[in-house]
Parts: sequence; structure tokens; C-alpha cells
Amino acid sequence: MKKTLTALALAMAAATPALAELVVPNLSYRTGPYAPGGIPYADGFNDYFTLLNERDGGIGGEKVANPECETAYNTEKGVECYEATKGSGALVYNPLSTGITYQLIPKVTADGIPLYTPGYGRTSAANGKVFSNVFNYPANYWDAASVAVKYLLDENGGDLSGKKIALVYHNSAYGKEPIRTLQELSKKHGYELVEVPVDHPGQEQKSQWLQIRRDKPDYVLMWGWGVMNAVAIQEAANIKFPMENFIGVWWSGSENDVLPAGDGANGYKSLAMHGTGMDYPVYADLKQYVYDAGKASGAGDQVGSVLYSRGMYAALVISEAIRKAQELAGTSAVNAAQVRDGFEALEITEERMAELGLPHFGQPFAASCSDHGGPGAALIQQWDASAKKWSLITGFIAPDDEVLTPLVMEDSAAFAAENNIAERCN
Amino acid sequence: MPDQLLFAMEVTLNGLMAGVMYSLVALGFVLIFKASGIFNYAQGVLALFAALTLVGFQNGQIPFAHLINAIFGTNLHEFGWHLPAVVAIALTGAVMVLLAIIIEKFVLKHLVNQAPIILFMATIGMAYFLEGLGDIMWGADIKKLDVGLPQGISETVESVTDSLFGYGFFIDNLDIVATVVAALLVLSLTLFSQYTKYGRALRAVADDHQAALSVGISLRFIWVLVWSIAGVVALVAGIMWGSKSGVQFSLSLIALKALPVLMLGGFTSIPGAIVGGLIIGVGEKLFEFLVGPMIGGATENWFAYVLALLFLVFRPQGLFGEKIIERV
Repeated sequence: MKKTLTALALAMAAATPALAELVVPNLSYRTGPYAPGGIPYADGFNDYFTLLNERDGGIGGEKVANPECETAYNTEKGVECYEATKGSGALVYNPLSTGITYQLIPKVTADGIPLYTPGYGRTSAANGKVFSNVFNYPANYWDAASVAVKYLLDENGGDLSGKKIALVYHNSAYGKEPIRTLQELSKKHGYELVEVPVDHPGQEQKSQWLQIRRDKPDYVLMWGWGVMNAVAIQEAANIKFPMENFIGVWWSGSENDVLPAGDGANGYKSLAMHGTGMDYPVYADLKQYVYDAGKASGAGDQVGSVLYSRGMYAALVISEAIRKAQELAGTSAVNAAQVRDGFEALEITEERMAELGLPHFGQPFAASCSDHGGPGAALIQQWDASAKKWSLITGFIAPDDEVLTPLVMEDSAAFAAENNIAERCN
Repeated sequence: MPDQLLFAMEVTLNGLMAGVMYSLVALGFVLIFKASGIFNYAQGVLALFAALTLVGFQNGQIPFAHLINAIFGTNLHEFGWHLPAVVAIALTGAVMVLLAIIIEKFVLKHLVNQAPIILFMATIGMAYFLEGLGDIMWGADIKKLDVGLPQGISETVESVTDSLFGYGFFIDNLDIVATVVAALLVLSLTLFSQYTKYGRALRAVADDHQAALSVGISLRFIWVLVWSIAGVVALVAGIMWGSKSGVQFSLSLIALKALPVLMLGGFTSIPGAIVGGLIIGVGEKLFEFLVGPMIGGATENWFAYVLALLFLVFRPQGLFGEKIIERV
């Protein structure tokens, strides 16, 4: 009996995977109305870490674990996931939800854990002097709004005066983020801004698009997520709004958003923080070590899509921050505080992106104590419905920092005053 | 004619069309409530499940492919066929009937004579189960639904109104189709319930379960029948809404649009579902047009409920609902 128990204990010990040193929880959403966006992002995120584990033995010799926790894009569940996973030695969070991000900012700051929110979350977190634990490089919502306006300026010979721009937005904290920026930019460039809110989930938008048909804006910008994007693009096609004048933020620019409208979506444009598709060397390694090895996350059918690429990019930045933290701390078994330092000292050059198998995929950036937001540049991509493919039609466009920097400073100063935060980095 | 008046007319027409779309969802609720007194929380999910199944059949998707692949290490995804829309719709209709039989056999049969709240809770459970089942069977990715329905602006309406008023109205072709389909559906349901043996049995059960049982009507059969019909109505709603937005999991949330319609029209009246839908559709669209811009817009979701509540103050049973008289 004793022998049997010993054998059983040994067998169990052998069967249990070795405890990973680096825990990067994946607060994902694979269920509910926003699952079509959450699944590819989570798959890309997981697959990149699987690649590092399988090909390189992890980061700096330490394996990475990605325990998943389902948030269903629900803020309360997201906070529960944070509380449930932080005790496992979580090094960083990336919840893919602006609502969850807002709730986690005070918590991660108190707990000393970094929060990485690329292209989403609280924009003014770009000010590292106030937001010590939040990082949103390479670009944020206000950058996106500014880049969209700069692109329209280019399209109109540098003059938008007298033009009418409608903003169709998800009536939530996320959707309202660009309004202030667009209002400020309208003062500078003389365009008229028309705000058109759409309530969650956005399945019915007849009123909004009738309004757009009546108002006849020259351009429509969209800050949508989930089904709202697909319905908006279909409705725009229905009213024959010129698709080339319809530009979505990067969260309104995935295959999920355009495919349901079929040919009607042809010519629709969106912002992009990074490249997409599988024409990058990293995919050869992913194929060898992850897909062909049967270790792909989820069903393995999201590879190369826009949101898969974004999840992979987020994982890449996190892994580089961990690598930097290991370098700074002189140990491979880093803790959350050290990873925060890694995020703050992170620099990703084009040469490094090429080494990682993703040349010309994302913009180079260097963070600092005060700059947690990066350069904020973005690309414009356009949908080709017949080829079912996004094509990049511009290079990286830099945002208008002259307008954005004071806004970031103002908002972060208000947050600092509300929460009695003393500025750092002085 | 002043522009604002023309715009209001256009908004009213579109409100009527939107109301028809809401009614399509509300009809399923009414059918089941009328026949069994169950408020079927799962009706929205039934529409989602039907639409997922329809797209799956049409595209030759292998059900449970992800699960099979995960267990057996295979790489199965599609059968390799593309079914004509009519065949796929017929097959999906059959699946909805099968689902009704399963629901009756495994859920309802065991809950006969239970309090309505127990049955309601059971439908909540069914909603979550079916949503999960749909996910496992067909995947959670967004799918394009194309059964050949026309979409986009009706050129005829636009040109006629343009010649009449100097402003071409926007009416979506899909909404026109939905209106015709809803009218046919209501007509068929009315003919079925008035002139067929099973329709009369269904009405008898709706009037008085005990009396219907005493004359030999099988309650279990009627439940299967009514859940089958509600399943087919859910399929129609799923097709119409899925054609608009693609088939994805927020399709189940269309039930939220049906609730104010039911509150207003009454839970037991098919004409009530239609009239309620039209009032909600027009009311919310006109309110958004006239008042929305003054208070920041996005009023439709909450205004539909406010409108329904206003009606409830004066007619608690809804416009066409049966008046509840309880004697002490």
C-alpha cells in the first residue's frame, strides 16, 4: 500500500507540469457578444508565448505560463479575474477592455503590477509621471483621432475648413475617448464635428445612419467594437455612403467587421497600429513550433488575422519588457516590480523587430519614466472585398502632439489631483 | 414641404420597418407564453442557434469540429459542400423541431405543474446551455449569412418619394422583405390556429390546460408543437437579423428589443406583438429624431422601455393582453 501510494505520488509529480517562473495571465473573452474580437486576440497572445517556450525555452530560460481567465468583456468579471490571478505571481496584465482597464489602474498601482494597454484604455496613462504602472505604447486613442484627422488633411490639401466629420461611436467610456481630441482638432482645422452615439451592442443603427444620410458629412469616423462595426459598415453601404470616406479606429478594422457586409464593405478604411497577414518570417517558426506541433491556441483558425496579429504584438512587447527586466535585474526570475521597470526602460527598434521575425510590422519606440505612450503613429489600411484582404495605403503617420500633449497633461493632472498622486520622474 | 417634416416621415416609415423586425422576435415569446404560460428567456438564443445552424448547413461546416479536432487530433472543418439556401433553411427548420422535442422530453416534461417562476428559471438555463452548445457546434467567429435576400436602399421608394416630395426616402430592401415575411407569418399562424385541428387544440390549451386535458388533448404534444413553431419563428428572426449584422453571439441580444414590445402589446396576443412592435419602432425612432439631438442621442434603448412603461400605467396587461382578474 505504501509502495503504491509512493508510486502514485511520484507519477502525479511527474505528470504535473513544472511550475513556470513567468506568469502572464491572459484576461480574455471567448464567449459573449464580443467573442469574435476576443478570440483571435487571445489566440495570437497565447501562440506567441508558446513559440517562445517551444523554440527558446521561454524568456531568458524561464518558461512563460498564460493562465486564461474569461472576462466576457465584462468589467466586473475582469476585476474578478485580476483578483483571482494576481496571487499566482502575475507579472503584467493586458485585459483588452477599456472598462476593465479603468478599474484596474488603481489596483495595479497599489499592487505594483504593470498594466499594458496597447491602443486602448486610459489615454492619459501615456504620462508616466502620473501613471507609474500603466503603459499604452505604441499608440493610444487620441493618437488615433489625430492620425485620422491628419490623414484627412492630407487628402484635402491640408485644409479641412468647412468640412463636416461625423463620429459614430460606441456609447461607452471607450467610444467617448476621442471626442475631446476631435473637438480640439476641429477648433484648429475648422471642420464641423457631428457626434453620433450608438448604444451597446449596436445591432440596430437605423436612426444613426438616417441622420448621417440627412446631415451628409464629408467623412465618417468610427469608434466601434463588436457587432456595432459590422452593422455600421452594412448601414453605410445601404445608404451608399462612399466607403473611402469612412474610417474606423483600429478596433473597427478587423476581418470580422467587414466580411458580413460582403462587397458593400469594399474600400472601407481603418487605422492600424501594426501590419497584418502572414508575410512575416515569424510565421515560419510559429508553423514549425506551434501550429504543426498541435499547440496552437483555440481552434487555430485565426492565424494572420488583424486581431490575431494584435494579440501577438502585445505578447511580443510584453516578452521584450520581461527580457529588459531580466537584463536590468540581473536575474531571469523577475517579479512584477522588475517587469514594470522593464516596461519603462523598453526600446524596440526596427532592427529588433526584424530579429524577432516581424520586420516593418510595428513602429520603433523607446519608453522612459515620463513617456509611457510611445510615438503614437498609425497606418491607414483599406479593405479589398474581392481579395478579402486589408492593404496598407500609407506609411506611419505621426499624431499632432501640439494638440495632444496638453490634453494628456491636463487629464493626467486631474487624475493626479483626484488621487493625491505626486508626480514622478522629476 | 418643410425638410423637417419630410425627415420625420422618413423616420416614421423606418420606425415601422424596425418595429416589424422587433415583432418577429416578440412573436416567438408570445406563442410560447400563450400556449404554456412560460416566459421563454431563451427565445433570443433560439434565434441565434437557428441562424448559426443555418449558416453551418449552408457552408457545409462540420458541427463540433473544434471539439473533434481537439480530442482526436484531426483537422476537420468542412464537408466541402455549399447547400442552396432553401435546403439549408428546411434542414434548420427540422433541427428546430428536433430541439423542441428534446426540450419537451428533457426539461418541460419534468416541470409540469411547477410554478411559472420555475419554468422561467429553466428557460434561463436553456438559454445558457444553447449559447454554449451553439459555440461548441459552430464556433464563435462572426459568419456572413446570405440566403439571397436583397439589401440596401430601395431605388423604387427613393425615386417615387423623390418625384413626390423632392426628397428620396431611405427604406432598406431587407426591411421590406421582413415586413412581407412578418405579414405572411402572422397570416399563416392565424389560419393555423383558426382552421386546423392542432391549431384549435393549441388554442384550447392556451385557454385552459385542465379543460384541454379533460377532452383528450395531449399537453406534451402541444408543447412540442408550440416550441417547434417558436423555433421556426426564431429561425425567421435569425435570418432577418443575421442578414443585417452577420451571425454572431450578440444576435441573442435582439431579445432585449422584444421585451418592450411584449410589455406594450401584451404577452398573449399575436396582433399585440405586431402592433406593439410598430409603436415601439416608430416611438423610439421619432424620439431619437426629435429629442435625441438635444440630450446627446442614443436614446432608443431606454426610450423603448419608458414608452412600454407609460402604456403599462394605463393598461397593465398591455394593449391586447388578457385582463388579469383574480378573485379573493
